[in-house]
Amino acid sequence: MDFNLTEERAMLRDMLQRFLGERYDHDARRKLIASGAAYDTDILTELAKLGILGAMFSEDDGGFGGTGFDLLVVFEELGRAGTIEPVVGSAVLAGGLLAELGNASQKTLIDEVIGGATVLALAHGEPQSRYDLSHVHTTAQADGSQIVLNGTKTHVINGAQAETLVVSARENGTKDDELGISLFLVPFAFEGVTCIDHRNVDDTSGARIVFDNVRLAESDRLGKAGNAFAALETATARATLAVCAEAVGAMEAAKALTVQYLKERKQFGVPIGKFQALQHRMVDVLIEIEQARSAVVNLAGNLEAERNIRERHVSATKNLIGRVGALVAEESIQMHGGIGMTDEYALSHLVRRLTMIDHLFGDVDHHLERFITLSAA
Amino acid sequence: MDLSYTQEQQEFRKEVREFLAENLPSRISEKVRLGKRLVKSDTQEWSAMLNARGWLAANWPKQYGGAEWDAVQRQIFEEETCLAHAPRLVPFGLTMLAPVLLAFGTEEQRQRFLPRILSGADWWCQGYSEPGAGSDLAALKTTAVPDGDHYVVNGQKTWTTLGQHANWIFCLVRTSADVKKQSGISFLLIDMETPGVTVRPIVLIDGQAEVNEVFFDNVRVPVENLVGEQDKGWTYAKYLLTHERTSIAGVGFSDAALATLKHVAAHTMAGGSPLDRNPHFAARMAQVEIDLMAMRTTNLRVVSAAAKGQAPGAESSMLKIKGTILRQELTSLLRRAAGPDAMPYLPEFLEGGDNTDPFGPEHAPSAAPTYFNMRKLSIFGGANEIQRTIIAKAILEL
Repeated sequence: MDFNLTEERAMLRDMLQRFLGERYDHDARRKLIASGAAYDTDILTELAKLGILGAMFSEDDGGFGGTGFDLLVVFEELGRAGTIEPVVGSAVLAGGLLAELGNASQKTLIDEVIGGATVLALAHGEPQSRYDLSHVHTTAQADGSQIVLNGTKTHVINGAQAETLVVSARENGTKDDELGISLFLVPFAFEGVTCIDHRNVDDTSGARIVFDNVRLAESDRLGKAGNAFAALETATARATLAVCAEAVGAMEAAKALTVQYLKERKQFGVPIGKFQALQHRMVDVLIEIEQARSAVVNLAGNLEAERNIRERHVSATKNLIGRVGALVAEESIQMHGGIGMTDEYALSHLVRRLTMIDHLFGDVDHHLERFITLSAA
Repeated sequence: MDLSYTQEQQEFRKEVREFLAENLPSRISEKVRLGKRLVKSDTQEWSAMLNARGWLAANWPKQYGGAEWDAVQRQIFEEETCLAHAPRLVPFGLTMLAPVLLAFGTEEQRQRFLPRILSGADWWCQGYSEPGAGSDLAALKTTAVPDGDHYVVNGQKTWTTLGQHANWIFCLVRTSADVKKQSGISFLLIDMETPGVTVRPIVLIDGQAEVNEVFFDNVRVPVENLVGEQDKGWTYAKYLLTHERTSIAGVGFSDAALATLKHVAAHTMAGGSPLDRNPHFAARMAQVEIDLMAMRTTNLRVVSAAAKGQAPGAESSMLKIKGTILRQELTSLLRRAAGPDAMPYLPEFLEGGDNTDPFGPEHAPSAAPTYFNMRKLSIFGGANEIQRTIIAKAILEL
């Protein structure tokens, strides 16, 4: 066993940390959010130049990474800085599906993603799907040589910023079957595609996208008809790892702010960090963050394992991150007092992201139940 | 012991329920039900209705226009108004300043200020915390220096809830510097329209500017606005805080939140069945309900034990801690229940001006903002850590 990062990954981490430290501090981030932009296009271009987007893909697909540990390193730093740029939705989810299922001509899009020239989005969740991956009621029906898409997708990460959508739709099977789900590449500007963009609580962007008789060709399908579930599950496992690593970065940043505050804030004539009641609670926060980091390492190391092992780690890690995320968020605010709740201060932004990560790809309860089911299998 | 309600109490509950059904405008209760943001006039409208019925000041003596209810009546009223989604009454005048004036003010001050609280002519806010005086409230630095028949006030208050709506503020100010810090504090009433008072809003984690900073720059306050004796303000401040803590317990709010949560959980599908059939979620919901059932009785026991019209002592800290933990847990469960639909931030919907499809169930848009907003419960009114210290000292004598 070796818990050290390879030299390449350590360099990647240091470089990314330095870049975000210089260009993405709290003031810059607040300015960006106040501008109303969904993300900073210059930052995305710079991330591409630094190879951050390439690190999401294997060498075979034109990248230079793509493993669990690459995702871990990159997303911890993105989470520490609280970036809102479209990396997880575009490169990990939609890009990951292209890499897994796309043919050579479809995969040319991956080069554009790696270069920061385009943004993709996965349109998969639906109004009633909650956290169920196989709940796909959007339909894809053959009409001569064409395929007609109808349905509504919700909470599409960076949906309105994407130029191309990867859309899941049911070609056969009923209701919530895993079998029968296909994926299609749909240009955002296609006839019949309408989108309502919205800002999320954590300042990331989501969209509701309606597909009304969108006419596609057979060549727009990714992979085989009705056979996309396994790839969706794999891509979601990778995205879950990404947001869990992001959460660890946000936890570390929240911890740093809180420890600093405990040292600086004086009440009753002493720094409040001198009070044992607060010391012990901060120690518990530290212990739980170490547990969170270990859970993310476990998932990263099992991302290429066989399905059942991998998915048990997905649920274990997401459950633990959800619990620790809430603890860190709530305790950090409590130990700060009112100042921790202000929009002006970085902590409230970290807390919002940490909390919303629990609502992505399944929350604490969802993954607890799923872990039990997977363990019994 | 007898846990049953008397005939009169049951009649009272019926009377409250009927009053709510006939008077509470659905335009307002819908906002409360969905966790939307209330505007000043919503609160004023509802307060005026209660005042017309003689029900606005539950704990004031009748001679000052109060209802003079006992603990059980107050609990019944709180339960019914919360379950009907009535707006929260602004406590600063009604349940914070008024008890202080009744206990320590002059008759002239009572006659001057109490009727204006009832009529809504004055909206009070609380000038306690300062940037350097939070949990250590007695460290406050805002000064009031006598100058003829005035005090000249200089300094800054912060976390002033709804200060943007207020025209009066009750303040703790330092009138003596060279004594034990608790000994040099006075309780002063300040007209916010006096030159030198500036209010600056603070945007919080939920996107709302619910609290403010209030600055005092050579503000001249007539000496008749001093409550009680100069330098004795700490006693009055603590008296007020005990009243405040009792109302923060918020059993009625928890009842209403639990009712909403149960409704939401029954109508939210998760993994093919309603969320209230999910064993983990159902267990967490049941746990809160069990705690709340006991909390209702704890609250009644503590409040009943106090003398009529008086607030309980250190036991109020117990109500504050347990009550706020339950309220926060309920907001956490409601947030989880909303699932992915908790993610969009829809200020237009929350402001109530827009009733377009909120991207999911109607309860979802306020789920996360309310969860974040309610983190304040364990911070304000004396952080829960301070309450634990009070209990350790006053009850356990440690």
